[in-house]
Amino acid sequence: MKRHLVSVLVEDHPRVLTRITSMFARRGFNIDSLAVGRTHLPGVSRISFVVYGDDRTIEQVEKQLNRLIEVLKVVDHDGPRLERELALVKVRVEGIEERLELKEIAEAFRARIVDVARSALTFEVSGHPAKIDRFIEELTHYGVLETMRTGALGMDRGERVLKLRARKEAI
Amino acid sequence: MTGAEAVLEALRRQGVEVIFGHPGGAIMPVYDALYKRRDLHHVLVRHEQAAGHAAAGYARASGRVGVAMATSGPGALNLVTALADAMMDATPVVAITGQVPTAVVGTDAFQEADVTGVTMPITKHNYLVTDVHDLPRVVAEAFYIAATGRPGPVLIDLPKDVQNAEFTGSFPEAVDLPGYKPVQKGHPRQVEKALAALRAAERPVLMVGGGAQGAAEPIRRLVERSGIPAIGTLQGLGVVAADDPRFLGMPGMHGTYAANQAIHQADLILGIGLRFDDRVTGDLSRFAPKLRTLIHVNIDPAEIGKVLKAHIPLVGDAAWVAERLAEGAEPLAIEDWWRQIRAWQQAHPLRIPERPELQSQEVIRAFGEATGGEAVVVTGVGQHQMFAAQFYPVKRPRSFLTSGGLGTMGFGLPAAIGAQVARPGETVLLFDGDGSFQMTLQELATVAKYRLPVKIVILNNGFLGMVRQWQDLFYDDRYSEVFLADSNPDFVKLAEAYGLPALRVEAKDELPGAVARVLESEGPVVADFRVVPEEGVFPMIPAGGSAEEMILEPPKEVEP
Ligand SMILES: Cc1ncc(C[n+]2csc(CCOP(=O)(O)OP(=O)(O)O)c2C)c(N)n1
Ligand SMILES: [Mg+2]
Repeated sequence: MKRHLVSVLVEDHPRVLTRITSMFARRGFNIDSLAVGRTHLPGVSRISFVVYGDDRTIEQVEKQLNRLIEVLKVVDHDGPRLERELALVKVRVEGIEERLELKEIAEAFRARIVDVARSALTFEVSGHPAKIDRFIEELTHYGVLETMRTGALGMDRGERVLKLRARKEAI
Repeated sequence: MTGAEAVLEALRRQGVEVIFGHPGGAIMPVYDALYKRRDLHHVLVRHEQAAGHAAAGYARASGRVGVAMATSGPGALNLVTALADAMMDATPVVAITGQVPTAVVGTDAFQEADVTGVTMPITKHNYLVTDVHDLPRVVAEAFYIAATGRPGPVLIDLPKDVQNAEFTGSFPEAVDLPGYKPVQKGHPRQVEKALAALRAAERPVLMVGGGAQGAAEPIRRLVERSGIPAIGTLQGLGVVAADDPRFLGMPGMHGTYAANQAIHQADLILGIGLRFDDRVTGDLSRFAPKLRTLIHVNIDPAEIGKVLKAHIPLVGDAAWVAERLAEGAEPLAIEDWWRQIRAWQQAHPLRIPERPELQSQEVIRAFGEATGGEAVVVTGVGQHQMFAAQFYPVKRPRSFLTSGGLGTMGFGLPAAIGAQVARPGETVLLFDGDGSFQMTLQELATVAKYRLPVKIVILNNGFLGMVRQWQDLFYDDRYSEVFLADSNPDFVKLAEAYGLPALRVEAKDELPGAVARVLESEGPVVADFRVVPEEGVFPMIPAGGSAEEMILEPPKEVEP
């Protein structure tokens, strides 16, 4: 089962996200993460999600998405791609020694300290989801208090873009 | 003009002539507007589920969009089963439901239910209209979505204040749905590939499904020209006429021996407008093991490759594709293949057991002969449904209406009402089970109200027969909760209570006379045929089996 990152352009209507997630649930697609946001195009939102599956499954994921009336475009980023996730991680910290160690780890991962309290530090880290996994793993030893991740965002590298014009051959 | 009036105007502009519905508080403004319109007929049903099935029956029998209407909350929720049924069998239906006023949506107001939420997975699309000026666009989109691509149900939820609001806008001529561009044609190169594969095949079969009902004419030409053996799924019956010598019958669980063997040995399947449902394929890993080429024609790309890998996928409209295939097809040199198929047909034709009692199969066969296979046949769900599929020789497209995908008991009577409204001058023949009939029998009132000349044939075996059959075969005869005869109503008296003529038929020798009486009656009629209680539908491939495990005869009979 391969890991796929898929982007979807949708009409920015109420419940469009529900339509998509309910379809995933109903059809038994295994969604690992999901991110949503507006785009520069008026009335158009972009959703990206990570899904595991063989070629058959991915083909069905794409086709079932295309069946939804408000879905404008579906792309499986199967070529060279950019993949980024943002996370906030709050860690327990005791003493100056630990603070220094944590700072070093953060630097290695290019994470930033965005909040400081007496016994807790909050990091902001971004990058490939796997890198964030590793970062959090490094911190478990100190006591991770809270995490919040956005889900992976994706885009093809180079000049390929998600064009709206392309005719959606679907029902 | 009010929003309610605008809705009706928009429906008229879509060519709607009839609405199947039931009123209630939250849809009263529309009913009030309806009262003033002469050009829209309304058929008052007695349960909203029936409005949904009637709209579906109308749609299937006519090829046009059926319209159902209900009030908010309980009314709309009563539509749910019918919407799911229409979704599964790709039936174009537009449902219009009242909703509580926008100001109280989300507050658990009286008769409020989240109808767009509930129906999301069982409609092709749905709308909650919050601005009266969206109404014409929404109605136009709903009809376009329902009727094009893979057809299906679309629901429009209409808050009461929107129905009452003043409307001043105009009615759009065209729809603009950037995310919905159904294919109209097909890919010519794929058609060429399909034709080439067909020419090269040694053991080809054609399988047609419900999606081919609108393509009967070119498909018949294709069959005629190429001489390809043709198989029709439950939804595909009537596409190729049952009396065409190239027609092998239905495939799958209760399909004919010849159809299933032909699929099992085929090197090429040309599938048009079907989705290879599990009742057709059985165990996928053993389905059509000799298959080298699957040409799968479907208007919905998601259906291609969903169940079976297609070697030649052909996304397109069935009629367009069939037309091209018919043009390009040449007579196939498959004499050996036909010899083999004829041998299968002779070895195991569909047969009716020899018994002294009246049997469903005989009743259906008698009606088939008397109507020449030309009636519009509607069924319930169960054994009688399978017998109807096996023994009624459907001659015409859009003339065998049955709940296939969802298998909804209670579909029959309301769907027959819809079919009769769609085709008023024709014989609509309902074969219903005693169990199925009781799920929507209140619609006898609708039949009576409009004097719809539906011929209602109840194949009364006193059992939930199909479930009993499975208990017989797979649960060691433990007949758990399937006995009806001790508490079935007297169907003749019941019909008479609704003011409908009725008759009871109990013995074989009464059959010819009874068939004539039913068919010759001018108006509606209910006939209670007391058929043998314990009968089985055969042949049968057990669920998840393959053509190799076909049970040809009732097991008890072959035992010494
Ligand atoms: C609404 C609904 N409930 C339950 C079933 C399961 N079911 C399938 S066939 C059947 C028996 C139908 O009995 P009847 O209508 O008398 O037909 P018969 O099989 O006896 O011909 C049942 C209960 C169903 N298909 N639909
Ligand atoms: Mg029965």
